[in-house]
Amino acid sequence: MKKLLILLLLVASTAFAGEAKPLAEDPVLEARLKAMSQELRCLVCQNQTLADSSAPLAEDLRREIRTQMRDGKTDQEVIDYLVARYGDFVLYRPPVNKETALLWFGPFFLLIIGGFVLYRVLKKHAGSDDIQGEDA
Amino acid sequence: MSRMVKFLIPLALFLIAVGFLFKGLYLDPHEVPSPLVGKLAPTFQAPILGGAGKTFNSADMKGQVWLLNVWASWCGACRDEHPVLMAMEKTGQIATYGLDYKDTDAEAQAVLDANGNPYKVVATDADGKIGIDYGVYGVPETYVIDKTGVIRYKQIGPITDEVLLTKIVPLLKELQ
Repeated sequence: MKKLLILLLLVASTAFAGEAKPLAEDPVLEARLKAMSQELRCLVCQNQTLADSSAPLAEDLRREIRTQMRDGKTDQEVIDYLVARYGDFVLYRPPVNKETALLWFGPFFLLIIGGFVLYRVLKKHAGSDDIQGEDA
Repeated sequence: MSRMVKFLIPLALFLIAVGFLFKGLYLDPHEVPSPLVGKLAPTFQAPILGGAGKTFNSADMKGQVWLLNVWASWCGACRDEHPVLMAMEKTGQIATYGLDYKDTDAEAQAVLDANGNPYKVVATDADGKIGIDYGVYGVPETYVIDKTGVIRYKQIGPITDEVLLTKIVPLLKELQ
């Protein structure tokens, strides 16, 4: 019985491998597609990449990317094509520009303010012998 | 530094944070601003629903202000939007054209037959290619396109009475 089950499992797994085959026609292109779609956001389920998502739109976009790659477009050209239609939001690594400046530099700005406040507080304490007497 | 100021600084910071969070309550992460607004609408040719092989060419729309409403028979929110589109059609002031997105002609036609047809013409986009060109990621979506073919506004999600009155009608008045 056990052997039969194992055999069944093996048969099932080979069946799946058979089904997936047509996708891997061109392994180089598929690798490019995979690498790129891991950097792109699926707009339907926004916390998933285009590679992970099984939303119909994600499938369509993967197909579109595949077609464009087959037509000889570079990665950058395909990405530009998507950004022109869906905006910077499709990129998981947003580019540095006017709209994303706060996103990129905001944390450093806060860090500088925090550092400044810390410096002031420490300096004040260093200046007084009595640690508890700061409000005096 | 006086006691008063020391008390006020954290309070001010707190209120700023509250302000941002409060604004955040009213932001919908699903509404991604379209980079296409202010740009020329992609032109397309597509078979007309029930048009017996005739095609719709968006380039023919030059010179008039029109709405392109992307919808589908399988889309629930489109059904909610449908009465608003019907009301718009009744006014006779707004030219709404449909784009039937990733749908079959039979199912789309059945919806229009059952609920009424608010569209001048419905173009069909069975494989979703035109949708990708327009940056469609969730139906319904509606584009307001001006006389020169530039997209002036994109509504993501159904057009409600409020959207119609506060955004689309004033915009159309301005564009006419």
